[in-house]
Amino acid sequence: MSKVTYLTEVAHTVIDIEPGTSLMAAAVANAIDGIFGECGGNAMCATCHVFVEEGPFTALPPISDAEEEMLDCTAAPRRPNSRLSCQIPATSELDGLVVRIAEEQL
Amino acid sequence: MTDPRLAPTDRVVIIGAGHGGVQMAHSLRENGLQGPIVLLDQEAGLPYHRPPLSKSVLEASVAPEPPLLRAEAFYSSHEITVRRDTPAVRLDRHRRLVHLATGVPEPYDHVVLATGSRARSLPVPGIHLGGVAQVRTLSDAVALRALLVQPGQRVAVVGGGYIGLEVAAAASGLGHHVTVIEGAGRLLARSVSPEVSDCVLRFHADRGCRVELNSSVVAFTGDAGIVRAVELASGESVPADLVVVGVGGIANSELAVEAGLQCCEVTHGIVVDDWLRTGDTSVSAIGDCATFPSRFADGQIRLESVQNAVDQARYAAARLIHGSHEPYNKVPWFWTDQADLKVQSVGVARREESRVVLGSATSTEFSVLRFHHDFLVAVDSVNRPADHMAARRILSGGRRPTPAVARRPGFELKAFLLSA
Repeated sequence: MSKVTYLTEVAHTVIDIEPGTSLMAAAVANAIDGIFGECGGNAMCATCHVFVEEGPFTALPPISDAEEEMLDCTAAPRRPNSRLSCQIPATSELDGLVVRIAEEQL
Repeated sequence: MTDPRLAPTDRVVIIGAGHGGVQMAHSLRENGLQGPIVLLDQEAGLPYHRPPLSKSVLEASVAPEPPLLRAEAFYSSHEITVRRDTPAVRLDRHRRLVHLATGVPEPYDHVVLATGSRARSLPVPGIHLGGVAQVRTLSDAVALRALLVQPGQRVAVVGGGYIGLEVAAAASGLGHHVTVIEGAGRLLARSVSPEVSDCVLRFHADRGCRVELNSSVVAFTGDAGIVRAVELASGESVPADLVVVGVGGIANSELAVEAGLQCCEVTHGIVVDDWLRTGDTSVSAIGDCATFPSRFADGQIRLESVQNAVDQARYAAARLIHGSHEPYNKVPWFWTDQADLKVQSVGVARREESRVVLGSATSTEFSVLRFHHDFLVAVDSVNRPADHMAARRILSGGRRPTPAVARRPGFELKAFLLSA
C-alpha cells in the first residue's frame, strides 16, 4: 500500500492505495472532489488532471505520447508538474506522493 | 422555468445504477440535497464502469476485480441507499411509488429514470445455443473472459460497431481466430466517417482478423446445444467455437411506457424536453434511456455513452435543486479503444456533404472534419487525442472552421481554437 495525499483549495485527503490501482481510480472510488476520470482511465478525457507537488518524483512512470497530447488540452493550463492521475498506478515507491487537483477539469 | 425545485428534504428514487444513476445520486448530494436518496440497482454487485467490460475485463490474466464506479464506503458516507438486486417493476405516478419485484414499494418526491439500454438480440434460429454470448453486464463480461482463456478458438463477432470491434480486438490479442460479421457496407457505419471505417478495417485485417461486410446472419447452427457455425444470408457458413453478438442497444423504456409517459417511436427512448424533464414534473429521465432535443443533432436524439449519461446526470441534479433556465447543451463525445487504436468522436453527423482529413487517412493518426452545409458538425480522430480535445472545445464554443479554412495548408484544430 502507498499513501498518497490529494490537495484541493479546501481539503487534504490521504488515501492508502493498493499497488496497481491508479491515482485517478483511487480518488474516484473515495469520492475525492475534483477528479472525474470520465473515460475510466484511458487517457482520453483529461478530467483527472493533477499537479505533483511533493514526494518521490523520480518513481513516477514516464509520460506516454497519449498523455503528453492530452496534457496539452487540459481545462486548467498545463504546468511542468502536470500529470493525468489515471496514468499513474500506485507502487510502493510512490509512498508519500502529494498531488494537487487541478481546479478545472471539464 | 417555473418548475418547483426539490425541497431540501425531498426523497429521490433513482431507477438504474449505471454511470448516469450513480452520478445523479452523487450530484444531488453535491448540490445540497439532504433528503433520502435511493438507488435501485438490478444487479447484485456494486455499480461499475461499463467501458472496460468489452476491453480490459476480457484481457485480464486473472479473474478481474469489478471496476467499481465508487467505493462501497462512498455510498454510506454520502447517505445513498443502494438497493442491490432490486429491479423496479412499475411506476405509479399517482401515488408516487416505485413498485419493486419484491418487497415494499419505494415512495418518492422525485424519480429519475436512469434505466439505460440493453443489448439488442438477433431474432434468428440458434440464438440461444451455448457459446453465443453478449457483453452488457459485468457477469456477461466475466463469463466471456472465461470462455476466451483457451487460445486458438474460432471467434465470430456479429456486429462491427464499438462493442463488437472492441471484443474482436481483445479476442485477436488473446490469440483467437476472429471473424467480424457486419451488415452494413463499412465498420462503425453509424458512428464515424468512412475514412475512419476504412482505417479500422485495415487495422483489424492487419491483426489477422477477417471482416465480412454487407453480411447478415440468418442462423446459428450447432450440435449438442453448442454453437458451431454462423450461417450468412449469402449461403456461407462461418465456423465458430464462440459467437459474440454486439448489434446495438435498445432503450429500457418499458416502465415509462406503462406509466403513460411519452416515448419516441423511432428511438424508443423516453421523451424529455430541453431540460431533461418528462411530461410529469416529478419524473426526469437521463442517459441511454432518454430521447432529448439536441442542437448538435438538429433534432431529437438518443445517445448511448458514458459522457451523455454523466453530463445529463450532473445537469439534471443541478436543475432539480437550483432551477435552471439554460437547457442541457453538452457536446456529445464518444471513444473506442481497440488494442492500440484510439478512435474519438465529437458531435453528431446525421448528414454531411463534405469532409476534410487532417493528416493521412491511410495512416493510423489522422482526424476527419465532417461538415453539413459547410458547418462543422463532427470530428473523428484516430490516435490524435489533442485534435479531439480541441474539437470538443470548438464544437462547444462559438466559432467553427469552414471547409475552406480547414483545407488551408498547415491547418490545425488546436491553433484554430487558440486563434478563435
